[in-house]
Amino acid sequence: MTAQPPANLAKNSWRTLPDETGHFGQFGGRYVAETLMPLILDLEKQYRAARHDPEFKAQLDDLLKTFVGRPSPLYPAPRLTEHFRGLAPAGKGPKIYFKREDLNHTGAHKINNCVGQILLAIRMGKTRIIAETGAGQHGVATATVAARFGLPCTIFMGAKDVERQKPNVFRMKLLGAEVRPVTSGAETLKDAMNEALRDWVANVHDTFYIIGTAAGPHPYPELVRDFQSVIGDETRVQMLEAEGRLPDMLVAAVGGGSNAIGMFHPFLDDPEVAMVGIEAAGHGIESGQHAASLTGGRPGILHGNKTYLLQDEDGQITEAHSISAGLDYPGLGPEHSWLHESGRVRYVPITDDEALEAFQLCCALEGIIPALESAHALAALPQLTAEMDADKVLVVNLSGRGDKDIFTVAEALGFDL
Amino acid sequence: MTRFENAFANGPALVCFITGGDGDTAANLDALVAGGADVIELGMPFTDPMADGPAIQEANLRSLAKGTRTSDIFRIAADFRQRHPQVPLVLMGYANPMTVRGPEWFAQECAKAGVDGVICVDIPSEEDASLGPALRDSGVSLIRLATPTTDAVRLPKVLEGSSGFLYYVSVAGITGMQQAAQGSIEDAVAQLKAASDIPVAVGFGVRTPEQAAAIARVADGVVVGSAFVDIVKQHGDAAPGPLQEYTATLAQAVHAAR
Repeated sequence: MTAQPPANLAKNSWRTLPDETGHFGQFGGRYVAETLMPLILDLEKQYRAARHDPEFKAQLDDLLKTFVGRPSPLYPAPRLTEHFRGLAPAGKGPKIYFKREDLNHTGAHKINNCVGQILLAIRMGKTRIIAETGAGQHGVATATVAARFGLPCTIFMGAKDVERQKPNVFRMKLLGAEVRPVTSGAETLKDAMNEALRDWVANVHDTFYIIGTAAGPHPYPELVRDFQSVIGDETRVQMLEAEGRLPDMLVAAVGGGSNAIGMFHPFLDDPEVAMVGIEAAGHGIESGQHAASLTGGRPGILHGNKTYLLQDEDGQITEAHSISAGLDYPGLGPEHSWLHESGRVRYVPITDDEALEAFQLCCALEGIIPALESAHALAALPQLTAEMDADKVLVVNLSGRGDKDIFTVAEALGFDL
Repeated sequence: MTRFENAFANGPALVCFITGGDGDTAANLDALVAGGADVIELGMPFTDPMADGPAIQEANLRSLAKGTRTSDIFRIAADFRQRHPQVPLVLMGYANPMTVRGPEWFAQECAKAGVDGVICVDIPSEEDASLGPALRDSGVSLIRLATPTTDAVRLPKVLEGSSGFLYYVSVAGITGMQQAAQGSIEDAVAQLKAASDIPVAVGFGVRTPEQAAAIARVADGVVVGSAFVDIVKQHGDAAPGPLQEYTATLAQAVHAAR
């Protein structure tokens, strides 16, 4: 069943990429303005050095433990397991676990990466932090680590998102960050990223750009993945402890794809572990209003990397739509594009409505309010569990908590708060 | 001699940029030539022009909002070539619209339309394979950018495979904002010229005849963009007159340095 690694991969492994030029097959790369090239080459060098520095690792591990609150629990979800067993054909319906990234400081997996990147920034002698944010989760996580280390921080956020995500804007301000509303384009995440790149190019000498997902120019997709791989590494240990075996299936939502790649990557060379990435299908692929780059897009070049993008036939980028602001982006990380084309990971689209239903089900049956991003992963469970035997084990990456989403959900369900 | 060699043969050249599909582009291009432009850069609009400042960003979006397609840009280019057989024409833009149908398709369309060179903002020398070989095979120059962060070690890589001219981006930043100090431009141009056989044109933030003249005394060319784009925005369909007038003042300043 599981696809074989392409024959030309070193050591017959799925885990050796990117290559030395930052490519995952045809994807990835360093498509940036010349001004930024020397900087990202330096970042790559410094990252290599940091990875092999025991002191850097010790510092990172300590922060993950004492500041972020890791390890996050691996939680068996008994009532959801029973629920889906009841719906599945006889003998089907696997045991469901949640990897509880929602219990991290700041309420999502984003902080894992921010802690790693700010240590790199300090190591490189940078004195100012910038970041882009859509829903505000990455902005809050970045503002949090900037406050922790006393560095000034500017967050670029689409003006429309500033309006939609007021609580997170206030959080960032409390944490001492400057939130700069971006009024170009559609005033959402894509435009915030354009503006962050414009700021970076003008301030290369002192500024570190903390990219929030496993995308952008090399080495960002690699280093974000590595910092997020703590999710999969912990899951392996915890699952062996709980069940004495590896999971049969991993499920995670894919916007840019950092929580998914962090969960998947440590398991890529375990052929018995199947993996499913969930894309946001918005109002449905056929409606044209979605954020499913793999299902509804084509390879192209944007924001420093080659990857699947939503675009028209001239290569103009089209607007994404998802009820989940964290998935509302017209591309995804290049390693996902490669895992998709090589067949190692299966990608499935889930609509706004399906996600909303799963959101409510998780609240009611498990007492956990999931982020709308994570609710997309949960919404794939009806179809996935119906195909799996009852003695199998499935893990959903519960990437974030849903407190930030209650206004959006209330509106969608017709509640007046 | 190529059109580029001709254009740079008699001392410093004035290189003029406008965004394709923003305003009456054919008439605006004619005005630039009539005013004394030596090289034309035609911007290919893109939804996400992340290396551009507000003026050119808005021009991109105005053009796309009017429905400008890649085929329109090539039509504008081919018509320009008919009217102006001698003036070098460069397409400037971003990687995705240039590579979406495959680099070979793009390079062949450039050759057919009489385009002399291409500047792609987000394909550095490291990613040359995405566009460079196709352009060179079609006889179209790939014009690379050098910046204040391009050091002596990188420069040979930037020059390798490039032709036409070298575009020195004089500030680390986006288009149309601040201008670099004249001293830093002079030092950089001296280093670039020592390492390169092709002309060096300097741009980013150049708006006045005085700035242009100062640069023309040390460089082979001066690139002006956002200032023209501002005129197009301000005057709309009546832009050709003011464009020609402004080009003439710049051309006089640049050519006087010859």
